[in-house]
Amino acid sequence: MHLPDALPLAASASNLLAAREQMAFTLAFHIVLSCLGVALPATILLANYIGLKRDDEAAIELAKRWSKAMAVTFAVGAVTGTVLTFEFGLLWPKFMDRFGAAFGIAFGIEGIFFFLEAIFLAIYIYGWKRLSGWAHFWAGVPMFLTGIGGAFAVVAANSWMNEPQGFTLNAAGKVVDTEPLKVLFNPATGYEVPHMILAAYMVTGFLVASIYAVGMLKGRRDRLHRLGLLIPLTIACIATPIQLFVGDTAAREVADKQPAKFAGIECIQEGGGHQTEYLGGVCTANGVKFAIPIPDLDSFLVGFHADTQVTGLDEIPKDERPPANTLLHLAFDAMVGIGSALLLLGLWLAWSWWKRREIPQTHWFLRAVAISGAGAVLALWFGWIVTEVGRQPWIVQGYMRTSEAVTDAKGIWFSFGFVLLLYATIGTIAILVLRGMSRRWREGAAEPEGTPYSPPAETAP
Amino acid sequence: MTRADAAAAILWVGATFYALFGGADFGGGFWDLIAGDADKGERPRALIQRSLTPVWEANHVWLIFILVVLWTAFPPAFSAVMSTLYAPIALAGVGIVLRGSGFAFRKSIEGLAARRAAGATFALSSVVTPFFMGVVVGAIASGNVPAAGNGDAFSSWLEPLPLLTGAMFVASGAYLSAVFLVGDARRAGEEDLERYFVRRALAAGAVAGVAAAFGLVELHTEARYVFDRLTSQGLPLVILSVLSGIGLLAVLLRGGRRPLRPLAAGAVVAVIWGWGVAQFPYLLPRSLRIDQAAAPDPTLDIIFVVFAVAAVLVLPSLGLLYTLTQRDLLEHE
Repeated sequence: MHLPDALPLAASASNLLAAREQMAFTLAFHIVLSCLGVALPATILLANYIGLKRDDEAAIELAKRWSKAMAVTFAVGAVTGTVLTFEFGLLWPKFMDRFGAAFGIAFGIEGIFFFLEAIFLAIYIYGWKRLSGWAHFWAGVPMFLTGIGGAFAVVAANSWMNEPQGFTLNAAGKVVDTEPLKVLFNPATGYEVPHMILAAYMVTGFLVASIYAVGMLKGRRDRLHRLGLLIPLTIACIATPIQLFVGDTAAREVADKQPAKFAGIECIQEGGGHQTEYLGGVCTANGVKFAIPIPDLDSFLVGFHADTQVTGLDEIPKDERPPANTLLHLAFDAMVGIGSALLLLGLWLAWSWWKRREIPQTHWFLRAVAISGAGAVLALWFGWIVTEVGRQPWIVQGYMRTSEAVTDAKGIWFSFGFVLLLYATIGTIAILVLRGMSRRWREGAAEPEGTPYSPPAETAP
Repeated sequence: MTRADAAAAILWVGATFYALFGGADFGGGFWDLIAGDADKGERPRALIQRSLTPVWEANHVWLIFILVVLWTAFPPAFSAVMSTLYAPIALAGVGIVLRGSGFAFRKSIEGLAARRAAGATFALSSVVTPFFMGVVVGAIASGNVPAAGNGDAFSSWLEPLPLLTGAMFVASGAYLSAVFLVGDARRAGEEDLERYFVRRALAAGAVAGVAAAFGLVELHTEARYVFDRLTSQGLPLVILSVLSGIGLLAVLLRGGRRPLRPLAAGAVVAVIWGWGVAQFPYLLPRSLRIDQAAAPDPTLDIIFVVFAVAAVLVLPSLGLLYTLTQRDLLEHE
C-alpha cells in the first residue's frame, strides 16, 4: 500500500527531523561504547603484559578490574549497536533499498570482526581463573586486532557515504553494479578510519585515566591508582599528537572533496583567496559575528598559501548547502580546541616524565586529567556532528538526499521519545553499576553472591 | 544453484545458527522467568546464568550476520520487511536492548531489589524478543510483505499465523534451552536439576509441537503457496523434524542420556530449512523472488568471501569458546 501523494509536506519533514534526531542520539550513545570496545582491549592487554612481565600485582589487578568493567560496557555496546542495524531499515528503508548493495559491503566485513571480538572477549574476560597467565594473555590479543578491524569496516561505510564511489546506478537510481574494493577504500576511508581509531584510543585513555585522577585527588595515591592513571593516559597522550596531524589532513581533504561541508564549518560566505579563519562566533549570511578573526589563515591552512582559493557557500546551490552553520562551526572549533588542550596535557606529562620519571605532582595536573575524559568524549561527539550534519542535505553525498531516504512510517517522534527514555535509564544504570563495582573493589568487598534475582514473588506466575 | 540462491542459502545458515544458539539463550531467559521465587529458583537460575554468561554475546552476533547479509545481498527485501513490519521489529529491538543490559547488570548491580528488577527485565524480554521475531517470520511466510514495502503496519502481522509463529519461536527456544540445560546439569552432577529440565524439555517440546500443528493448519488457509511446497518438496524435512522430536521424547522418557542435543537441534533445523524450501524461490512469498531481490554479483561475491572467512575463522573460534565453556574453563569470578 502506498501513501497518497498528497501526504502533507509538513508530516514528512517532521518525520525527517525525528528520524535524524533519533539516529543522532542512538549513534552518540553507542559511539562512546564503541570507543571502549575498540581501545579498552589494548589498554587492558598492556596492563596485563606489564603485570606478567614484571610480576606486578597491581598491574594484573587493574587488567582484571578493567576487563570486568568491559564485560558491562561491551554488553550494552552490543545491544545498542544492534539497535543501529535495525534503524538503518526502520528509519532509512529507501536508502537501504537503493544503496544496500554498496553500503552493506563494509558491514559484511565488520560482521566477521565483531564475531571474533565477541568470542575472544568472552574467553579473555571469563578466563582469568582457569587459563594460565600467558595463554590467557594471548587469548586476549585477537580482541585488540578485531577492535581495530571492526572500526575500519564501520567507518569505511561512513566514509563511503561522504565520498561514495565503486557503484553503477540504473535509470531508477538503484545500484546495479559494484566494485567492492573501491567502496571499501574510498578517498575518505584514508583519513576517517585513522581519525576514528585514534579518537577511540583518546576517549578510552583519557576516560579511564580521569577515573583514577579523581581517586588520586581524593587522596588514594597507592601504586594501583598511579598505574591506573599512567597506563591509559600514556596511550591517550601518544595518540593525541598523531590525531591532530590526521585531523588537520582530514580538514584539507574535506575542503577539497566536500567543499560545501567545509564552507559550512568555516562559515565561508563568499569563495575566493585570502579567507579569514574565524575562531568561535555566530555564522550569519553577512559573515561571522562575535568571532576572533585571523586574516588569511583559513586559506593558508587549506593550501599552505594565503591566496589559496576556498569554495564559499555562494558557489553551492541553495538546496545543497549544509544546515546549522553556527553549530557546525562551533562544533569544529570546540573539537580542535579540546584536542589542542589534550595535546598540552600530554606535553605536561611528557615533560615531567622526562625530568623526574614521575607524574606531575601538582593537583592542577590531576584536575586536568580528571576532566580530560569528558573533554575527549565531547570532542568525539563534536567531530561526528561535523561529519554528519556537515554532509546534509545528503545521506549519500551527491546521490541521495536524506529526505528521500526517510521512512513513511508513523510515530517516529514517539519512538524517539521512547528511545531517549530507554537509553537514559540504561546509561544511568550502567554508570551506577560501574561505580558500584569500583566501590566494592576499593572496599575489598566480595562480588554479590548467588543468583537471587528472581522477579518478586507476587508477579511470578 | 545461482549466485543469488547461494546467498539466500547463507542467509538460512545464519538463521539456523541463530535459532539454535540464540534461540536457546532466549529459552534460558524463559526458564529463568518462570523459575519461581528467589529460594525455589536459585539453583536453576544459577545453572542458566553459568551456561549463558560466556556465550550469549557471541550467539547474538548471528542476528547481526543475518541482518547484514539480508540488506547487502537482498536490499529490496530488507527495505520491504523493515518498512512494513516496523512495529514488531521495533518491539523486538527494544527487547534485545532490555535483555542484554538486564543480563549484564543483574550480575553486578547493588541490592537485592535492583538485581531482581534487572533479572526480571532480562527474563521477560527473553520471551518478548523471540515472540516478535517469530511474528516477523510468520508475517513474511504469510505473504503479507509487499515487494515495494510500506505494507499495512498492523494487519500485516496481527493475524493468527504470525502470532502462532511467535509462540512457536518462544516454545522452541525454551525446548532447545531445556535440552541443553539437561546436559549442563548432568555435567555439573546436579541430578535433581537434570530431572527438572527433562520435565521442562518435555513440556516445551509438546507445546512447540502443538503450536507447529496449529501453524500448519493456519498455513493452509493463510499461505497456501508455502503450505503446498512444505507438504511436497519440504515433506522430507517435516518428517525429519517430527522424527527427531519423537526420538528425543523417547530418549527423555526412558531417562536416556544421548543423543539429546543432536536430536533437539535436528528437530529445529529441519523446520527452518523446511520453511526455506517451502518459500523457494521467493524471499517474500509471491511478491519478491530471490533473483529479483539480489544485489549485483560483485556484492554477492563479497558475501561468499565473508562466509568463507567466517567458516575458517569464526566457526573454529566459536568451537573453542563452547569447548572452554563445556569444560568449565571459563567462569565469572
